[in-house]
Amino acid sequence: MNIIVPIKQVPDLVEELEIDASGVDLDRSSLKLKLNEFDDHALEEALILKEETGSTVTAIALEAEDVDKILFTAFAKGADKIIKVTGLENPSAHQAAQAMAEVIMGLSPDLVMTGVQAVDDRDGQIPVLLAHYLKIPHVSVVTSVKAEGGGVTVSKEYGGGLVAEFEAKLPLVVGVQAARQSPRYVPVAKVRQVMKSATIEEVAAGSTSATAGSSVKRFFKPEGGRGAEMLEGSAEEQASKIIQTLKEKGIIK
Amino acid sequence: MSNNVYVVAEHIKGRFDDITFEMLGKGKEIAGALGGEVVAVLAGSGVKGMASQLGTASKVICIESEALQQFSPLAYAKAVSAVVGAHQPAIVLTGYTSMGMEIGPAVSVDLNIPLVSFVGSLSVDGGKAVAVSQLYGGKMNVESHADGNQCIISILPGAFPADAGRSSGSPAVEDFAAPDLSGLAVTFKKLIEPEGGDVDITTQDILVSAGRGIQSDENLPIVEELAKKIGGAVSCSRPLVDSKWMPKTRQVGKSGLKVKPKLYLALGISGAPEHIEGMKDAGLIIAVNSDPKAPIFDYAHYGVVGDLFEIIPALTGKL
Ligand SMILES: Cc1cc2nc3c(=O)[nH]c(=O)nc-3n(C[C@H](O)[C@H](O)[C@H](O)COP(=O)(O)OP(=O)(O)OC[C@H]3O[C@@H](n4cnc5c(N)ncnc54)[C@H](O)[C@@H]3O)c2cc1C
Ligand SMILES: Nc1ncnc2c1ncn2[C@@H]1O[C@H](COP(=O)(O)O)[C@@H](O)[C@H]1O
Repeated sequence: MNIIVPIKQVPDLVEELEIDASGVDLDRSSLKLKLNEFDDHALEEALILKEETGSTVTAIALEAEDVDKILFTAFAKGADKIIKVTGLENPSAHQAAQAMAEVIMGLSPDLVMTGVQAVDDRDGQIPVLLAHYLKIPHVSVVTSVKAEGGGVTVSKEYGGGLVAEFEAKLPLVVGVQAARQSPRYVPVAKVRQVMKSATIEEVAAGSTSATAGSSVKRFFKPEGGRGAEMLEGSAEEQASKIIQTLKEKGIIK
Repeated sequence: MSNNVYVVAEHIKGRFDDITFEMLGKGKEIAGALGGEVVAVLAGSGVKGMASQLGTASKVICIESEALQQFSPLAYAKAVSAVVGAHQPAIVLTGYTSMGMEIGPAVSVDLNIPLVSFVGSLSVDGGKAVAVSQLYGGKMNVESHADGNQCIISILPGAFPADAGRSSGSPAVEDFAAPDLSGLAVTFKKLIEPEGGDVDITTQDILVSAGRGIQSDENLPIVEELAKKIGGAVSCSRPLVDSKWMPKTRQVGKSGLKVKPKLYLALGISGAPEHIEGMKDAGLIIAVNSDPKAPIFDYAHYGVVGDLFEIIPALTGKL
């Protein structure tokens, strides 16, 4: 199978997020970026399929700050080809999906495996947008993809641990929630080595006609729903305060 | 175009999911502000009898087809697209749920209508929807307005009260002929029920819940010890299940279980919307997190900024 995995970077949420002077974006100068964790799962599931069926895996990303790093990392993990789509500036989700779809179409995909979501997708859900621009079916929130009789069997998760199994013909777009196993680790030294030997194929984005969009009016930090009462002090003091609270509320004796 | 708000009803195994009522309640309010009506779109097979549960809607549009017997991404998307294309409502509400995530974007591309996701608060200003999305794991709110007169809004489950949309009655039921759904390349095979676990976290009074802050499965014994001492069970956030450190039966949240214990102790859990969905109704929420800006503190009653590797042993030692 010919498997395409679109990947992107998202802000590392361990860091503080600040709003920039425009008020309608994050202050990007102080952002620490990392690979979207669901994309790591999508790549893992793709690499498992590659091992099982002898597929080829292509990782693709839209040009963005520091994006080469995640492409080289994908290569170091086992992707056969890495592609960067260049020339789009601040695309809407529809435009990003349309531009990616055009490039992916040229690769004759059997499976397109995206992450289920990214934390910054205000106007998104790229897997389904991508499928519609590619004019092929989609299944998202997927936790396993197995090759079977020329097609695939995918598991889609609902709430409460309920899972639906679907059989699908190819080509298909899947939005991966979690791979069958934890994403593999690749040492930094190996990524550095790959940076010297592998090449990123650059493809210029075509013009996009997608117009459906929305405008950001403002970014603002959550004020806090009910607002927690903070228990201060040393760890020992904080622990004592927790226990005192639990006793007062009659939760423990 | 009308001023109506269309709600895509979600059901599985013959029951409506709470999100349906959450959207109907909110939809009614929004429709009122727009001077329109709230209409439910009910796709399925043999589902007409369920329409009476959607009494909050002025009307229920029923699309029935064998191909809609079970949820199937493209079939449902096509059915909803057909209704929206024909009736041109101002606003379409779908759930930010496993089903809604497949329908909303599909209709958006089919009909060239903008889509706003992750929406936790919704109002109307100057005849247009104002949607606030909870992005970056709940760390940032983003307010947006649709360009143009129509908009699809994907609503976070739990954001609006279900009771506001829960009224039975006899709404007008209108049949809508399903579009051609033959030959779709994705076929539903079966539903797989979750395996029963050793512990049912939905019936526990006390849950000691671990998140990715626990760093490694080797550190789980300190959580188990605390749970034992305090008389509760261990639950967790999704990443611990995806890492195979904990069984799925212990997962709290959107794709796990909804819990309502007397005490929910959140240890090293950031409070992403998908986690909050599963535990926000707990009687008492106490959160321990090293990040003072962690969104979990917006939902907790008591918060401790600190290192769980210090707090947990201190707590266990005092019990
Ligand atoms: C469709 C879908 C469904 C999902 N369903 C669920 C679901 O059912 N349940 C669920 O939980 N998630 C679900 N998620 C995932 C969700 O988006 C988050 O990724 C997840 O909840 C994050 O888990 P976490 O808070 O444990 O990890 P993180 O977000 O990584 O947070 C870890 C926290 O630990 C803190 N920390 C680190 N070290 C320490 C320390 N030493 N002491 C104290 N604190 C520390 C950090 O400050 C941070 O806040 C779903 C996602 C999608 C897309
Ligand atoms: N700019 C991008 N470049 C490559 N892949 C992307 C991009 N944006 C979204 N994706 C893919 O689509 C998935 C869902 O993203 P989103 O719809 O933005 O939440 C991600 O996990 C990626 O796999």
